[in-house]
Amino acid sequence: MVRYLIPLAVFGLLILAFIFGLQHDPREIPSALIDKPVPAFSLQELHAPDTIITEKDLPAQPYMINVWASWCVACLQEHPLLVALSEQSDISIYGLNYKDEREAALTWLQERGDPYNKSLFDNKGNTGIELGVYGVPETFIVDGQGIIRYKHIGPISMEDLRDTLLPLLDELEKGSI
Amino acid sequence: MIRACYILLFLAVFSGQTFAADMPPEFSSEDYKVRYYDLIEEIRCLVCQNQNLADSHADLAQDLRNLIVNKINEGKSNDEIIRFLTERYGDFVLYRPPVKSNTMLLWIGPFVFLIIALIVLIRNIANRRGDTESVTEITGDEHNRISAILDEDDTRK
Repeated sequence: MVRYLIPLAVFGLLILAFIFGLQHDPREIPSALIDKPVPAFSLQELHAPDTIITEKDLPAQPYMINVWASWCVACLQEHPLLVALSEQSDISIYGLNYKDEREAALTWLQERGDPYNKSLFDNKGNTGIELGVYGVPETFIVDGQGIIRYKHIGPISMEDLRDTLLPLLDELEKGSI
Repeated sequence: MIRACYILLFLAVFSGQTFAADMPPEFSSEDYKVRYYDLIEEIRCLVCQNQNLADSHADLAQDLRNLIVNKINEGKSNDEIIRFLTERYGDFVLYRPPVKSNTMLLWIGPFVFLIIALIVLIRNIANRRGDTESVTEITGDEHNRISAILDEDDTRK
């Protein structure tokens, strides 16, 4: 009798393994930069090429860094949310314009709204590599001490914003974590 | 028509190989070159995750290849380059992840399965041997009955 139950048990284990495995998106690689400081950089402002921004110019309150590009289709999806967020809250959003043309990026922002407090122009993608960016869009949450606390891969949905990003920013703001 | 299909198929299969060698990077020494080609075999492209940097045509793969070329030419060691990449992209960039508590299953998993398979195999062989021994143990009485049944079968034909 027991020997007939063995295949069933193996099958059950397989199903469990699948349930566990299939709920993880293999495209989402855990970031190596969580709990590390924002890497050093020195980039032009997208709107003002003469202005150089470094990591020292980043705010002392919790903020978001959103990596985007005008060639990025998925960025279109999350963009209205970011615009709404910038209009309805005082959360700082820093844009990292990744491997883009300045003209194309500026036109894109003009047409769709500019949610960014500052836009960094990373046309070579070097700062992207420093941040471990491997796809666009990606969004980082940084605390007031300049430590990266969270990384979101892919476009932000309403649910992501409501259930994960905003609560985290709120907690960081209060200083409870 | 069929020949055209074959040619297309041939092109489809072999054209991919030429792209990767588009612009061979330049190195100041032969040793650097060898190290470069070894490294890009070992490092995973993060965009198309089942390819290494050597095979991938993704933009990021090209950037990371350039970065490795520059670092090698700057005189950085393989360890330094790998540390640079893992600090930013995690162990995932390595096709051979280091042995750690969270990669243990990956390293010992295949051996566990091998041991399980061996145990099952040995038990099966042992059981089968047991079966053949029991077959030889037919009593005289049983033998007569079998003969009777076989005879019966013959007469029916």
